[in-house]
Amino acid sequence: MTQTTLPPIKKNEPVSAPRGGISDRSRAERRLGWRLAGPAFAVMLLVTAYPILQAVYYSLFNYRLTDPENRSFVGLGNYFVILSDSLWWQAVAVTVLITVVTVVVELVLGFALALVMSKALSTLRPVLRAAILIPYAVITVVSAFSWRFAFNITTGFVNSWLSWLPGIGADTDWFGGKWTSLLVICLSEIWKTTPFISLLLLAGLAQVPDVLQEAAQVDGATWWQRLWKVTIPNMKAAIMVALLFRTLDAFRIFDSIFVMTAGANGTESVSFLAYRQTISRVEIGLGSAVSVLLFLCVVLIAFAFIRGFKIDLAQTRGEK
Amino acid sequence: MHTSRIARPARGGRRTRRGLIAASAAAVLASSLAACGGGDGGSTPTLTWYINPDSGGQAEIASRCSEASDGRYNIEVAQLPRTPEGQREQLVRRLAAQDESIDLMSLDVVFAPELAQAGFLAPVPADLADRVSEGTFPGSVESATWDDELVVIPFWANTQLLWYRKSVAEAAGLDMTQPVTWDQLVAAAQDQQKILSAQGRRSESLTVWLTALIESAGGSIIEENSTNPEDIKLGLASPAGQRAAEVMHDVAVSGVVGPAFTTASEDISASQFESADAGFMVNWPYVWAQAQTKVEAGTLDQSVPEDYGWTLYPRVDADTPSAPPLGGINLGVSAYSRYADFGYEATECITSDENQAYYMNTNGNPASSAAVYDDPEVQEVYPMANTIRESLAAAKPRPLTPYYSEVTGGIQREYHPPASVSDSTGQQADDLISAVLSGDQLL
Repeated sequence: MTQTTLPPIKKNEPVSAPRGGISDRSRAERRLGWRLAGPAFAVMLLVTAYPILQAVYYSLFNYRLTDPENRSFVGLGNYFVILSDSLWWQAVAVTVLITVVTVVVELVLGFALALVMSKALSTLRPVLRAAILIPYAVITVVSAFSWRFAFNITTGFVNSWLSWLPGIGADTDWFGGKWTSLLVICLSEIWKTTPFISLLLLAGLAQVPDVLQEAAQVDGATWWQRLWKVTIPNMKAAIMVALLFRTLDAFRIFDSIFVMTAGANGTESVSFLAYRQTISRVEIGLGSAVSVLLFLCVVLIAFAFIRGFKIDLAQTRGEK
Repeated sequence: MHTSRIARPARGGRRTRRGLIAASAAAVLASSLAACGGGDGGSTPTLTWYINPDSGGQAEIASRCSEASDGRYNIEVAQLPRTPEGQREQLVRRLAAQDESIDLMSLDVVFAPELAQAGFLAPVPADLADRVSEGTFPGSVESATWDDELVVIPFWANTQLLWYRKSVAEAAGLDMTQPVTWDQLVAAAQDQQKILSAQGRRSESLTVWLTALIESAGGSIIEENSTNPEDIKLGLASPAGQRAAEVMHDVAVSGVVGPAFTTASEDISASQFESADAGFMVNWPYVWAQAQTKVEAGTLDQSVPEDYGWTLYPRVDADTPSAPPLGGINLGVSAYSRYADFGYEATECITSDENQAYYMNTNGNPASSAAVYDDPEVQEVYPMANTIRESLAAAKPRPLTPYYSEVTGGIQREYHPPASVSDSTGQQADDLISAVLSGDQLL
């Protein structure tokens, strides 16, 4: 059985449209679009492009905030220092690990929750949706503190809850080792952001045409076959958007690590490294270089996703 | 499928839009102006004192000193973040931007060199420097000095004591009237199956502990100081550094430091010391006030603090006196303040013996002036006042360098977890910090 998706919608050209050009109406729409989006676009440029360019510029200097007189141009020197330091690669490994683990678990869990939400009785649905969304409404720092307090050996209740498991007792110090710390960090991230993924996937589920489902059912496809051959292929765009957003978000992880371990036991992420150089050490040059490298990683991830999924987001909206 | 409808601007939309833009522009402008303005209204200058969070003592002292100025200036307080690291991060960034709204600052004892070297502090008038240095503990004066000049004014001083449960020490046969060593404490705790609480967390506490161990062993973390980061010579691999590492390792692997040693902060140590397993602890004097508060609240039995004993910080070697850790707050006056003269005048009022005694009695922060400890009320509130005074007289500050964040960051990276500390840790930390200071490595 092959995958079944609807063909891309073919847009009918208006009869009055002049050949080879765009109609007055669509020109007006385009103009209106620019007018509506223009101010936001300008603000975006101001608040994102400008700091990014400034960081790129600073990353070429040896520049300490408390010693501006001795600022000196070092070219790509900062980048060589970072890329030849094992600490950088260790932080990259930790970040990739957290990203992969959390995103995979969140995708599976989020999809399950989305299915539950879409199939739930309509009277139950709003309540269910609100309940599932609550963790996402919690501020990350607050969520990180609650997880820290829950697992902390003096304030926590987790040890007494899980004391029936082998290896866990009143003296289990979750934040005392690398892997247990990372486990708690990943758990808190998963708890907090699964709702985000499930919400995006729910929107995707709503886009799967009922006709295809019915046709597959008539053809005798099982639930599992319909899920893999009809549902998932038809919501590829939604899955990609959910994955992309979450991956970019997960790669920039900072709050949970800062609150729970403050980077102890080798749990530093790339963002944490940027924070330590820029904010703690006030080494603006070196810190900017770390930030620029982090930015490049994020751009790379976004590019890989869009290429990998072979999806043109504009097309799924029915545009040309 | 989604169908998008095109919204047409309502009639009069252009005017509304323009109004909106104007309104938002005005809002942005107003908020940025408000951020720049520093309370310039009226003829009486208002000094803004950036304080570390406390129990309201600094705000009270601010109003007392405003009153004492006879209307020449007012002091208002603004609160900094809770941790010293957070306080430094905020102050350094604002001072680098030449923020005029900062006049006075409560600075942790390790921050003066960085701010002084960067030119962020107004020069201390010579006569004032002489006056405040007199009668102040030498460690506090040292922490307030950079390049042979007093750059900040010592306000209050902190030191760690060795706290012990009288019953445990007695059962272990330890004579606490005599100086004790770390080795003795470990042996006594093992013998009695009680906890020896120290701070093994990867934080400033670890640097505090290591400094005390190295100084007690007769060494120093910085052997040769310099304003040039590449010329700083570290003593972590020296014989004293090796001895300190040995003690730290022995304590960490002794099996009596409690289950969460690698994440134990001062607060965790304090609550451990209130438990039934408590034996010994190194910690700041606030633990006494905390236990008293808990007794008053009914959450701790009176018999627990009655069992508390205190003495000087443990020695590393039996025949060398210990060098207890030094903490506390010094007052800085910003170089960008419009009222630096009033600022220094205010520091003299704030750090008067009377205000230091008030602060010690109400907020639990020990005075930096030795005379305050003769105050009858201080003696009454703090049964250990004389021990604190003795400890402060011997206390040694942490490394004084404009590159303190690199030094403490490097120490925390290499010496954590304390059980992993070995003979080579000192050399590794030396190498790491030197490489970081030369710009060859990340931290």
